Amino acid sequence: MNGLLNVSSSPHARSHVTTKNLMLDVALALLPATVFGVYRFGLYALCIMVVSVGFAVLTEYVFETCTKRKVTVSDGSAIVTGLLIGLNMPSTVPLWIPMLGSIFAILVVKQLFGGIGQNFMNPAMAARCFLLISFAGRMTTFDVDGVSSATPLTALKAGETVDVAAMFTGFITGTIGEVSVIAILAGGIYLLIKGVIRWTIPVIYLGSFLVFIMLFGGHGLDMYYLSAQLCGGGLMLGAWFMATDYVTCPITERGRVIYAVLLGILTGIFRLWGSSAGGVSYALILGNLLVPLIEKVTVPKAFGLEGKA
Amino acid sequence: MSYATFKGGVHPFDGKDMSKDKPVTEYLPKGEMVYPLSQHIGAPAKAVVAPGDEVLAGQIIGEASGFVSANVVSSVSGRVKAIEPRMLVTGVISDSIIVENDGEYKTVEGLGTPRDYTQMTKEEIREAIKAAGIVGMGGAGFPTHVKLTPKDDGAIDYVIVNGAECEPYLTSDYRMMLEEPERIVTGLKVILSLFERARGVIAIEENKPEAIKRLTEVVQGEERIEVRPLRTKYPQGAERNLIYAVSGRKLNSKKLPADMGCVVSNTDTVISVGMAVCEQTPLMRRVVTVTGDAIADPRNFSVKTGTNYAELVEAAGGYVCEPEKVIAGGPMMGNALTTLDVPVTKTSSALLALGKDAVAEFEPSACIHCGRCVRVCPSGLVPQKMRESCERYDLDLFEKLYGMECYECGSCTYACPAKLPLTQSFKQARKAVAERRRQAAQAAK
Repeated sequence: MNGLLNVSSSPHARSHVTTKNLMLDVALALLPATVFGVYRFGLYALCIMVVSVGFAVLTEYVFETCTKRKVTVSDGSAIVTGLLIGLNMPSTVPLWIPMLGSIFAILVVKQLFGGIGQNFMNPAMAARCFLLISFAGRMTTFDVDGVSSATPLTALKAGETVDVAAMFTGFITGTIGEVSVIAILAGGIYLLIKGVIRWTIPVIYLGSFLVFIMLFGGHGLDMYYLSAQLCGGGLMLGAWFMATDYVTCPITERGRVIYAVLLGILTGIFRLWGSSAGGVSYALILGNLLVPLIEKVTVPKAFGLEGKA
Repeated sequence: MSYATFKGGVHPFDGKDMSKDKPVTEYLPKGEMVYPLSQHIGAPAKAVVAPGDEVLAGQIIGEASGFVSANVVSSVSGRVKAIEPRMLVTGVISDSIIVENDGEYKTVEGLGTPRDYTQMTKEEIREAIKAAGIVGMGGAGFPTHVKLTPKDDGAIDYVIVNGAECEPYLTSDYRMMLEEPERIVTGLKVILSLFERARGVIAIEENKPEAIKRLTEVVQGEERIEVRPLRTKYPQGAERNLIYAVSGRKLNSKKLPADMGCVVSNTDTVISVGMAVCEQTPLMRRVVTVTGDAIADPRNFSVKTGTNYAELVEAAGGYVCEPEKVIAGGPMMGNALTTLDVPVTKTSSALLALGKDAVAEFEPSACIHCGRCVRVCPSGLVPQKMRESCERYDLDLFEKLYGMECYECGSCTYACPAKLPLTQSFKQARKAVAERRRQAAQAAK
């Protein structure tokens, strides 16, 4: 034997799961919502998606090249961030808005804090909040085929009736990716089956939100009202794709439960008493900020040491 | 049917198909025999032979030098060539007795003579086990006579035979369960005779239905013994997980199995106990699986301790391709070898030659906080946070995060999508903490 042997500390086996596979799975899971959004809102929506993804990737590449870091574009996380930003855009925004959003998300929220795994907020959500605050008008104007109309949630708040079935299928107004509940669910189920995410966060988030709305929404157990709340706005997209973001949710199982309940309550509060359209986004950002604290108090007792001080 | 198990764990590629249908064949060594004086946990044995001495197979050549220590027995007859430092599979250098094998295998008097354990006192049984130099053959190498001497015999209510063999690729225990189930049961009965109140449980992962069937047949009519199938999952065979699956009791790092009323012994160890007591044969052989995609003819060998590893590769037909990595033991907890010029010891379970090294295949990247390590940890730890403490070399934080409860099974590292060397950093931190505790204890004296 002439060749030298590899030597490393055990274990010597590695699973096939890689960061890249996981990110590609998330991107794949976002495909139904993306395709539906483009179908619903036209080719301009596709332009928005291309710009948001393109600039997310470009920003990461340029920053890492300029700062002489290892270029991590190939891990796919920038693509996911870009996709999520695009899906959170109204279908009529000028293209510089998603561009600005992607640059902000990748540069400020992700890279300046140390790159993948280090961001303390979900970059896409932070970008959406940044854009909502900075360009409130443009970010909340929803046109379909040149006709401006209110989103179902706004209508619901105003006391008008909404079509829950249409909210489920997606033939309503809203941002590109949030309108079709069924498309989002398809992606969510794909992630569950592939083991990319676990049911804990989305189910508890949605459940606690529902309970909160039942208690304080003023409509009690009215199924019509509850399902409209459940299907409306960015809740589904947020619960399945943003709340489950690895980097910005707690790592402990108990922490994830607390986090999901917290998100449900915060979303409820913003929905019922807030004046802004981005209830889910603000709830998520606030939740993200509490993650380090939640983790700190939920480190589990080790096996065999439970019940001991 | 759902089988008993534990929370966490992983399912690595098990590779057992390569060698699981290959009967155990005896391998007779060709070259010199190397008997390290330190192949167990505890004080090294003391050499009781000198260069030039003639020795017989079964003769004690190294004597236990304390309570937690073990005898070393020659597995061949021949002449002591030297006593000199040699490297072990762990990379540790130990003083070793080198014996020139005369190929005649002349044995000490009385070796192999049947003996009825029911006519022996507990002290005699324990003395026989001690004399035979038996240690935990699953890997830890803890002297068996110490394990079988708890403070209170009556407090032991479970004697568990560990036939889980959860480590991928290994089939040595499996083959012994198929081929010598009677010997396992004999060994178990010897141990049970030490603990009047105990039940014997032979625990086997359910991916070995043949072994479960064979042993179930053999224990027919044995009132104190049962065969318990367990769910197949790594690390099901780790002591704490095994005890939990069998008894529901939870052991932590500060407790010994005996504190929880349990005695756990690996299959081959139990066979050795039976042979030492009932056949007057000390520990001179063990079953080794020689396998891996780089091995021409994967096999299970009954190998005399002291045999050179390189001979085993030859005996298994040599390499079909240049191996990237050769491991003593399994892929999860085994040691990567720099050289094959190391001896088979009491704790050697396998030689695994891999054509491709999965570790070198991936470049570690940044942690994405996905939580897989938390989910798979059989000790309920948060490896991601432990790693952060290791990176900052914050040993206090590492201890606070229950780092000392980690037993280095490698599940977190296996599952990590960022391919981070988690277990490796924990090993270093655990050593550092142990060293710090030792120094503190010394300072306190």
